[in-house]
Amino acid sequence: MTEPLLDIRNLSVTFRTEDGLVRAVDGVSATLQQGETLGIVGESGSGKSVTMMTVMRLITDPNATFEGEVYYKGVDLLALPQDQIRSIRGAGISMIFQDPMTSLNPVYKVGWQIAEQIREHEKISKQGARARAIELLTSVGIPNAAERVDNYPHEFSGGMRQRVMIAMAISCNPDVLIADEPTTALDVTIQAQILKLIRKLKSDYGTAVVLITHDMGVVADMADRIAVMYAGRIVEQGTQRELFYDPQHPYTWGLLGSIARLDRPRPRRLAAIPGQPPSLMRLPAGCAFAERCAYRFDACETQQPQLLDRLGTGHLDACLLSEQRKHAIRTRTVEPELVEETP
Amino acid sequence: MLAVLTFIVRRSLWTVVVMFVITVVVFFIFFKTPGVDPARALAGRDPSPQVLAEVRQQLGLNRPLWIQYGIMMKKIFITRNLVSYSDQGELIIPEIFAAAPITLSLVFGASVIWVVAAIVMGVAAARLRGTIYDPVLMILALIGLSTPVFWLGQVVILITQVKLHSSIFSWVQLGYTPLTQSPVKWFEGLIFPWITLSILYIGLYARVLRANLLEVQNEDYVRTARAKGLSERRVLLRHTLRTSMITFLSLFGLDFGALVGGGAILTEVVFGIHGVGFLTWESLTNLDLPTIMAVVIYGAFFIVLANALVDVAYAWIDPRVRPT
Amino acid sequence: MAAIAEQVSTTELRPAAAGRNPWALAWRRLRSNRIALAALGLFILIVVVCLAAPLYAHDLAHIGNPLSPNLNGTTVANGKVVPIMQEGGGILHLGETPIGPTWSLGHYFLGADGLGRDVASLVLYGGRASLQIGLASAVICCVVATVFALIAGFFGGLTDTILSRIMDIVWSFPVILLAICIATVLLTQPNGVKVGFLTIYATSLWVPTFIIALIYVPYVYRPVRGQVLSVVQKEFVEASIAQGASNFRLIFSEILPNVISTVIVLLPLITATNILTESALSYLSVGVQPPNVSWGTIIADGQDLLYTRPWVSLAPGIMIVLTVLALNVLGDGVRDALDPRAKLRVK
Repeated sequence: MTEPLLDIRNLSVTFRTEDGLVRAVDGVSATLQQGETLGIVGESGSGKSVTMMTVMRLITDPNATFEGEVYYKGVDLLALPQDQIRSIRGAGISMIFQDPMTSLNPVYKVGWQIAEQIREHEKISKQGARARAIELLTSVGIPNAAERVDNYPHEFSGGMRQRVMIAMAISCNPDVLIADEPTTALDVTIQAQILKLIRKLKSDYGTAVVLITHDMGVVADMADRIAVMYAGRIVEQGTQRELFYDPQHPYTWGLLGSIARLDRPRPRRLAAIPGQPPSLMRLPAGCAFAERCAYRFDACETQQPQLLDRLGTGHLDACLLSEQRKHAIRTRTVEPELVEETP
Repeated sequence: MLAVLTFIVRRSLWTVVVMFVITVVVFFIFFKTPGVDPARALAGRDPSPQVLAEVRQQLGLNRPLWIQYGIMMKKIFITRNLVSYSDQGELIIPEIFAAAPITLSLVFGASVIWVVAAIVMGVAAARLRGTIYDPVLMILALIGLSTPVFWLGQVVILITQVKLHSSIFSWVQLGYTPLTQSPVKWFEGLIFPWITLSILYIGLYARVLRANLLEVQNEDYVRTARAKGLSERRVLLRHTLRTSMITFLSLFGLDFGALVGGGAILTEVVFGIHGVGFLTWESLTNLDLPTIMAVVIYGAFFIVLANALVDVAYAWIDPRVRPT
Repeated sequence: MAAIAEQVSTTELRPAAAGRNPWALAWRRLRSNRIALAALGLFILIVVVCLAAPLYAHDLAHIGNPLSPNLNGTTVANGKVVPIMQEGGGILHLGETPIGPTWSLGHYFLGADGLGRDVASLVLYGGRASLQIGLASAVICCVVATVFALIAGFFGGLTDTILSRIMDIVWSFPVILLAICIATVLLTQPNGVKVGFLTIYATSLWVPTFIIALIYVPYVYRPVRGQVLSVVQKEFVEASIAQGASNFRLIFSEILPNVISTVIVLLPLITATNILTESALSYLSVGVQPPNVSWGTIIADGQDLLYTRPWVSLAPGIMIVLTVLALNVLGDGVRDALDPRAKLRVK
C-alpha cells in the first residue's frame, strides 16, 4: 500500500457550549488513497461534516478544541499555520457544500467567484482566469457558459448552482474533493445528474473524493470504501462490497434497511431505526448505539466496543456481538433482501 | 431595461404619493387639529385682531378645505411667498434655502466621520470577538447611543471654550464660515459639531455593523470563501463586509436624509449654527408656525427623496433585488 | 464555526431542554447575565431616588417648593450664611450668578439655577417627569403598535396594506419634526385643546407623553407585525381555526402569547429612546412646560450658565446618560435571554 493522500489519525473535536462539553467527533481515523472515493455515512449530528470541516480547518468557533492529526501528503494540517493551510485549501483539497442556494455569495457574479479562487492560487491575468471559469462552467455542463459566467447565483436553479460550486471546487485541480451532502438539497432527478458529474470528473482528473451523506443509496453508487459514523465515532469501515454484502454492525443493518429503492415494489413500510441518537454531552459508558439496538446484551451497557478488524480482512467494526451471532441474526433479517440483489 | 424603467417609475410614483400624504398630514395638524383655531395658531404669539383677520384672508381660511390646502401648497412650492407673521412678513422659503448649505456642511462632515469610525469600530469588535475588547467597544458604542446630542454639545463647548480653551483648544472658534470663504475656518468651526453629531451614529452603526458581520460570518458563502483558500482579510473585506454594507448603506441613506431634513436641529441649536434646524428652533421660540410648517415639509421632502434613493441604491448594491 | 456548534447543540440537546418553560429559561439566562442585572439594578436605583425627590427636598434640603424661584434666599456654605444669587460671579464679574455646588447635602449640593432653585432637587423632580413620560409613552406605544400589528397580521389583505402604508408614512417623517409640529400647535392654545369631553392643557405631562408614544408606533409595529405573520402560519393556529375558535380568541390566546416576547424585548429599548426624545423636545422648549421640569428643561436652562455654573447642565445630562445606558444594556440582556439567536434589531 502506498502512503495515503489523506490520513486522519485519532481525530477528536469538542465544543464547549452553554450546557456543557459536546464531543462531536471522538477518535476518528480514516485514510484516503489517490483517486479513491471514500463515503462517510451517518445521521445528521453523527460528526461526519465536522470531521471533514476540521480537515479543511474550517471550524473557526473559538469554543472548539481539536485532538489528533490529519496528514495530507505527509504534513499535519492541524499543526499548520494559517497562511500555509490557505495554500492547500481550494488548491490541494477543495470542498463543496450541502446547500448550493446559500453557498455562493449572492452579490458577486459566478464567474468572478470562480476566478477569485483561481487568482488566489495561481499567477494568472483577470482575462485568463475568466476564460478558465468559462471553460470550467462548460465542463460541468452549464449550457451557454460564456454568457452565464456573468450571471448572479440567484439567476441559477439549485442544480445549476451546485454545478457552479463543483466548477469552483475543481478549478485548481485539487487532489481531494470533499463533497458534503452534495445532493441533499436537490430534487431527485437533479441528484442523479450531479452524482454522474462527480463520477465523470473523478475519472477525468483522477481526483480523490470524500463523499459525506446520510443516504446509503448514494454511496452504493459512488464509493470505493465506506465509513459509517454514529455519535461521533466510526462504527464500521470497509470496502463498498464488504459493507453492502457483509455488514457487521447492527447500525449499518439499520441503514441498509432504510434505503428506498425505485426499482422495486414499494415496501409497505420503510424500515427505520427506532429511537434517537444519544446526546453527545452524555454519551453512555458502553456502546453508544446500545439503546437503539435490538441485539444488545449485558456487555454493551458497560464495555465500549473498539473499532477492530474482527474478521481479519481489513473490514473494521465496533460491535461486541460474536461473529457467529451476527451471522445468525443476518441470515434471519438482512440477508433475504440482499440475496435477491445478487444477480 | 424595461423592468428597470418600471421599477423607477413605480418608485417615483410612490414617492409622489408619500409626499402628497405628508403635506396633507402636516396641513391637517396645523389647520384641523380639533379645538385649534388655525388663524390663531399661525399668527404667532398674542396676535392682534388685525393680524388674525389678515391671516384668515391671505390663507383663505373661510373657504373650503381643499382650497385652503391648495393655497398653502401654492405658497410653499410655486409662488414661494409664504410669510412669517411673527417676523415682520419675512419670506420663509428663501430663508430655508439660505440655511440649507449650512446644514448640509454640518451633516456631510459628520457623516464622513461616523461612517469611517463605525466601520473601524464594528469590524474591530467583530474580529476581536471573544476578547475583552469586543464588549469594551460595544459599551463605548452604547454610551454614544445613550448620550443626548445637545448635552454632549454643551460638554464639548465646556471643554473647548472654557476648561481647555487657553491651552490645547485655543484654535477652536465654533461657528460656521462658508467653505468658499475659508476652507480652514470652515473646518475649524465645524470639526467639533461634526464630532458631536457623529457620536450617536458611530455608536448606532458600529453596533448594527458588528451584529450584521457576526450574522454574515455564519453564512455558508463565507465558509465557501474560506474553503477557497482566501486570506482572512479578503474573506472579511470582500465577502463578509461587502454583504454587511447593504444594510449599513441603506441605513446611512435614511439617516443622512433625516439629518439634512431637520434632524440636525439639536446640534445646530447647541452650537448656534444657523442651519435649517436653527431656523426651526428660532421659529419655535416665536411660535412662528408658518415657518415650522414650511421647514417640516421641506424636511419631509428630503427624507422621502433619501428613501427613494436608498431603494434605488439598494437595487444597485444587492443584485438579488435588482429588477430584471 | 459557531453555526455548527449551535447545530450540534440544538440537535443534541433538545431532549434535555424540552419541557422547560421558555420564560423560566429566559429568566435563568437573564439572571446569569451580570451586566444586564447591574443595569437593572442601576435603573431601579435611579427610579427609587427620583421617587424620593420630595423626601430630599423637604426633609434634607428644607425647601418649601423646589420648583418656585428663590432669588432672595440664603444658604450655608463653608459654615457661613451666603446669598443664593451672588453679585458679579463668572468670568466677566457682572450681574448675578447663582451659587455653585457646595457639595454639602442639604445646602445646595449642586448649586442653584438661574432662578435660585436647588439644582439637586430639580434633577430629582425632573427625573420623575422624564421617567414618567418615558415609561408611560413606551407602554402606550407598545400597546397601540401591538394591537395594530395583530390586526394587520391576522386579517392581512387590504387591512394589512392600509395599516402598513400608514406606518410607512409616519416612519418616513423626521421624528423630531413631527413631534415639534404637534407640540407647537397645542402650545399656541393657552386655554387647552378640547378633544370631545377631554381638555388637554399644553402644560400637562400627557402632551409630550402622547406625542412621543405616537411617533414611535411604527418602530414597534414593524417587527411585531413580521412576527405575527410568521405565527399565523403555524400549525397550532390552524389547529385552533379547525376547532372553530373565534377571531378574538385566536388573536389573544394563540397569537399574542407568541409575539409578546418581541414586544418585551422592545420595551426597554423604546423607553430609552423615549427618554432621549423627551429630553430633546424639552431642550427645544416643546416638551415639558413650566412650571414642570424635566432633565431636558434643566439642561436647556443650564445652557446660559454653562460658562459659570456648568453643573446645572452636567448633572441632569449624566442622569440621562446613566438611565438610558442602563435601559439599553438591560434591553440587550433581555433580547439575548429571550432569543439568543435574535434576528431582531432596533434602530
